Amino acid sequence: MTTTELEKGTSLWHDATLRLKKNHAAMAGVVVLAVIFLACLVLPSIPDLLQDPNAQSLALKNRPPSGEHWFGTDHLGRDIFSRVLYGGRISIAVGIITTAVSVTIGVCWGALAGYAGGRTDDALMRVVDILYALPFLIIVILLGKAIEPWTVDLTNWAVDLFAGKEASVSRQNETRTWVEPITTLVPLFIAIGALSWLTVSRIVRAQVQNVAKQDFIEAARSLGLGHARILFRHILPNALGPIIVYTTLTIPGIMLFEATLSFLGLGVKPPNSSWGILIEEGANRMASNPWLLFFPSLFFASTLFALNFLGDGLRDALDPKSSKD
Amino acid sequence: MIRQILNRLGQGLLVLFVLFTLTFFLVRSLPTGPFKTERAIPEHIQAKMEAYYGLDQPLLVQYQKRLVNLLSGDLGLSLRLEGREVSEIISQSFPVSLQLGLVAIVLAITIGVPLGILAAWRKNSLTDYGAMALAMVGICIPSFVIGPVLADQFGRRMEILPAMGWSPLSPAFWILPALTLGLISAAYLSRLTRAGMLETLNQDFVRTARAKGVSEGRILSHHCLRGGLIPAVAYIGPAFAAIISGSLVIESIFAIPGLGTHFIKSIETGDEPVITGVVLLYGSLIILANIATDLLGVWLNPRLRSTR
Repeated sequence: MTTTELEKGTSLWHDATLRLKKNHAAMAGVVVLAVIFLACLVLPSIPDLLQDPNAQSLALKNRPPSGEHWFGTDHLGRDIFSRVLYGGRISIAVGIITTAVSVTIGVCWGALAGYAGGRTDDALMRVVDILYALPFLIIVILLGKAIEPWTVDLTNWAVDLFAGKEASVSRQNETRTWVEPITTLVPLFIAIGALSWLTVSRIVRAQVQNVAKQDFIEAARSLGLGHARILFRHILPNALGPIIVYTTLTIPGIMLFEATLSFLGLGVKPPNSSWGILIEEGANRMASNPWLLFFPSLFFASTLFALNFLGDGLRDALDPKSSKD
Repeated sequence: MIRQILNRLGQGLLVLFVLFTLTFFLVRSLPTGPFKTERAIPEHIQAKMEAYYGLDQPLLVQYQKRLVNLLSGDLGLSLRLEGREVSEIISQSFPVSLQLGLVAIVLAITIGVPLGILAAWRKNSLTDYGAMALAMVGICIPSFVIGPVLADQFGRRMEILPAMGWSPLSPAFWILPALTLGLISAAYLSRLTRAGMLETLNQDFVRTARAKGVSEGRILSHHCLRGGLIPAVAYIGPAFAAIISGSLVIESIFAIPGLGTHFIKSIETGDEPVITGVVLLYGSLIILANIATDLLGVWLNPRLRSTR
């Protein structure tokens, strides 16, 4: 009994978890992320807990942080605490959904190129080379602007879908209030996601090429397995480490990107708000009301810090060879 | 070698062609047009204006015309700023952006590289942790937070440096915007330099050199610098691209009359010739920077020369 227990090998993932747990910076990152994500995703969904982020009150304008308004209020008397949490929800959603879009495209593209090889590989990677040389921010701005008009149709379609075509006007409006904030973000997801998969595809291609050379793939092929099965069941799971690491490091990049666009007035649109928009509003009034800039920046920077530390920690844990020390 | 450069330049032309096509059709599909203003323009006047600029013809004909004109070096007329040529707009505002970008990249290199070398040399010491924490701050706190804070502190409170505006000849105006713009590249450069230097410092030849009593300074400068800088040098191309897109933000924070300001305005109005001109200019700069980066990399790392 004891010998079998002793002889039980440890898996890669088990080792990696142990290494990650020893990394204090990464674990601190996990805790910070958990706190911020829970606060932003859960608190706004509890009814009557937070003040309405868009409720204006001239009597309450420009209040510094106090017991009633933890983070103070802005020039329209809106509560910054609830604005930061509601804005965080959008920023996090954009970060995660766009990363999912981008990683999905990148994994498929890179896996296909690496597995097919030859001319297919050349053609696919040439496309990546060309897209790499484009000025990213500028193309995203143009692409986002170009698909913006579709959001009206998309919103109407989604309202019909969820409320039913024959629904009463009040029911349609009710559906619209929660559908619209989501559909107006879709251009952003598509525009950023459509161009940010390039690095993922290069990483995945290199990984797939490495794994595909190994004997167990040869064995799988001689057993007569189909290409799709070999690629998705045998090759990709073995390339998962770098994909996870890169995904973690892509989220902060994309959140920063969304904030930049929103700061320039080209990203998230009011009445939606995001950390980028709050920072922009705060930056305009920072001389007299510094808390307007401080709290959104604090949440935003902490999230980026945590994700970057976690990403670095995951890289050290999953791939000890590439560790920085 | 020369063949490789020509190859890359040829590929660059292909990229520019794709870029132009993409930009042209994206901009033309925008709902905003230069003549669709809030003030209603009488229909016959609008038709005349569109005819003057050739906008009444089929899209593909316009595309072909623009392409032929571009090949002969004619960027066209701005649709928004009446009677001004795109090349004139660019030649007026680009020098400002270029100067800002160059100062920023010089600052990024002079801050980032020495910091990375120092961190690698004093690995796992307080200096190392401090330098890397600083780099993390540079990566995580976006320029649009740092910029306004710096402008407020040094510009409005302490009144040492101008908080906004631009003057090509007085360096006081350059410091804050260029520092804000270069910070994120400085952060990445220091991390990459540290990683590269660490890798070289772990090599056997360094141990041999130490055993022979070579001084630490000489080991760093003569034995390790060239190899250790390879990852950082490879980043200079992407840093260039980051600084170009970053300047859109910085120019709006510090009210600098550069190309970025024009670009954002022309996107809002759908001024296709100006957008195309700016996009092509930025695209060519990034392509050239990438080629230069690769050449520098080959010069630093002789192992790359034998391939092909």
